[in-house]
Amino acid sequence: MQNEAVRKSVPRPARQAARQATRQAARRNRIKAHKRCLQLYILIAIPVILVIVFGYIPMAGNIIAFQDYSVRKGFLGSDFVGLKYFEQFLNLPIFFDIVRNTLILSLYGLVAGFPFPILLALGFNEIKSPRVKKFSQTITYAPYFISTVVIVGILQSVFSYRFGIVNEAVKLFGGAPIDFMGGVQYFRHLYVWSNIWQGAGYSAVLYIAALSGIDTSLYEAATIDGATRLQRVWYIDIPGILPTIVITLIMSTGSILNVGFEKVFLMQNPANYSVSEIISTYVYKVGVKQAQFGYSTAISLFNSAVNFVFLFATNAIAKRCSDTSLF
Amino acid sequence: MTKFRNMCLSDKIYLSVVYLLMAVFVLLVLYPLVYVVSCSFSSPSALVAGKVVLWPVEPGLQGYTAVFNTSEVWTGYLNSIIYTVTGTILSIFVTMLGAFPLSRKEFPARNFFTGLFAVTMFIGGGLVPQYLLIKNLGLMDSMWALIIPSLFSAWSIVIARTFISSSIPNELYEAAAVDGCGYIRFFFMMVLPLSKALMAVLALNYATGMWNSYFSAMLYINDASKFPLQIILRNILVQNQVDVNNLTTTMNITDLMEKQYISELLKYSLIVVSSIPLLIMYPFIQKYFIKGVMIGSIKG
Repeated sequence: MQNEAVRKSVPRPARQAARQATRQAARRNRIKAHKRCLQLYILIAIPVILVIVFGYIPMAGNIIAFQDYSVRKGFLGSDFVGLKYFEQFLNLPIFFDIVRNTLILSLYGLVAGFPFPILLALGFNEIKSPRVKKFSQTITYAPYFISTVVIVGILQSVFSYRFGIVNEAVKLFGGAPIDFMGGVQYFRHLYVWSNIWQGAGYSAVLYIAALSGIDTSLYEAATIDGATRLQRVWYIDIPGILPTIVITLIMSTGSILNVGFEKVFLMQNPANYSVSEIISTYVYKVGVKQAQFGYSTAISLFNSAVNFVFLFATNAIAKRCSDTSLF
Repeated sequence: MTKFRNMCLSDKIYLSVVYLLMAVFVLLVLYPLVYVVSCSFSSPSALVAGKVVLWPVEPGLQGYTAVFNTSEVWTGYLNSIIYTVTGTILSIFVTMLGAFPLSRKEFPARNFFTGLFAVTMFIGGGLVPQYLLIKNLGLMDSMWALIIPSLFSAWSIVIARTFISSSIPNELYEAAAVDGCGYIRFFFMMVLPLSKALMAVLALNYATGMWNSYFSAMLYINDASKFPLQIILRNILVQNQVDVNNLTTTMNITDLMEKQYISELLKYSLIVVSSIPLLIMYPFIQKYFIKGVMIGSIKG
């Protein structure tokens, strides 16, 4: 009230001047705030330089997908060719093979691999002895720390045609030895199941964390009402970790075309090209080995675009069907 | 908790099935690991004849002797240790440098920098632009090509920022500021010493990643004397390029056979030798890694 009266009593030009003064004061304050935080700017300088050089410059470098890139002219001076490389990729005779291989490998991995960590976490949750629980957890996530090279090395030795133990077992049961690593029909199974072997225990950790966050009074109430264990899992545990499940699902569909390049590349050999040639191995071959920079960047961009479509689609579905979504 | 004896029948059946499946899964994970170790301690002929099933047969150290005599393994080992140690120290430092300012609420550019970092979690540069960048920077064939691009990680910075803002009370800085302590001094004297648990998590994450990575080395390193261990492993384990000529000297047919057997055995021993650093770190991994997953899952 008093302010109102004061405001009315002051003439208009003076009011404007006062407003300007406060605005200037605010600006001075802001500059002062920045100055006070000068040391914070100094601290953050190194990470910022690194992210610009190694994060944003390559991001801008994607522009060579639309250019007839020449090393001499750089990506600022090269001539634009529009969507030529995208057309070239779409018209590639093996385009559908590559995309199909990528999708099959990825979907197979998702469908077979996604439920495992959840089941494993639910299983761990039923183990009452802390020592048994810790021991079995320690073992199941140990393979996560083994390198891809070693995993593929183990695969090759264990499934080796001549010396592998698996073929010894096959021979023992009267079968003829099988060339697992060279056989086209085994590549996908070996890839997916060795991934599950390596990663399930580690991925379960996230769900175990979610399970430990469930309110124990729910279990007590359920027990008093005579719920069986299976019912408790079905009505308490699974709804309790559903948000985690949905988020993980969205994240993994968002990288549907990002099949682990390193492992496929290591497992690839001339005998299994027809199933093991995926988008990223093709990019490597064309881009780095054959130095077709623009073309291979176009393929990478295509890959990212598809990933984004899948990410948004799953997110939209999840938003509609449950309350959980990534964004 | 009710004793197993007192449970109703359906619960007994359910629990038995669960325990059985868990036991099967744990054994399935454990068996290949035990098998590899057992093979590495067996004799070459027993290994090739397929006699090794669970425990070492005709135990010996021939495989390990062969590994010791392969000089490239040692070069690779040394290189990998240098890359991993340098990279880990630098990356923790960079992560903390990025995380501390973002944890200060009074920092005016906080949201801007958070956004700048977060974008890189979702959009990457693609293989070829990165490759060209390293080439243009003249980092080809240098150990820095493997280390510098991997130092910045938006995920680690987000984790570290959450940790700092939740575990270091604001009053601590205010008290220090009253005594005339600036941000930089506070960072080195207080933030770093108080974040040891976090830095252990970050170090383990980075070190295992660096020790296990081969792809960037394959792209950027051509000089064999700079190869990290994983490249050597790839050549020997996956591509079967093992030079056993220096292991035996005479050349007759049984020796050639023996050579091939040894090169088969060498693979298993090599797998074990290459995993020793991880085995040493495993107790720490256990202590901190799970914690790391939890910290990360609070605010992903």
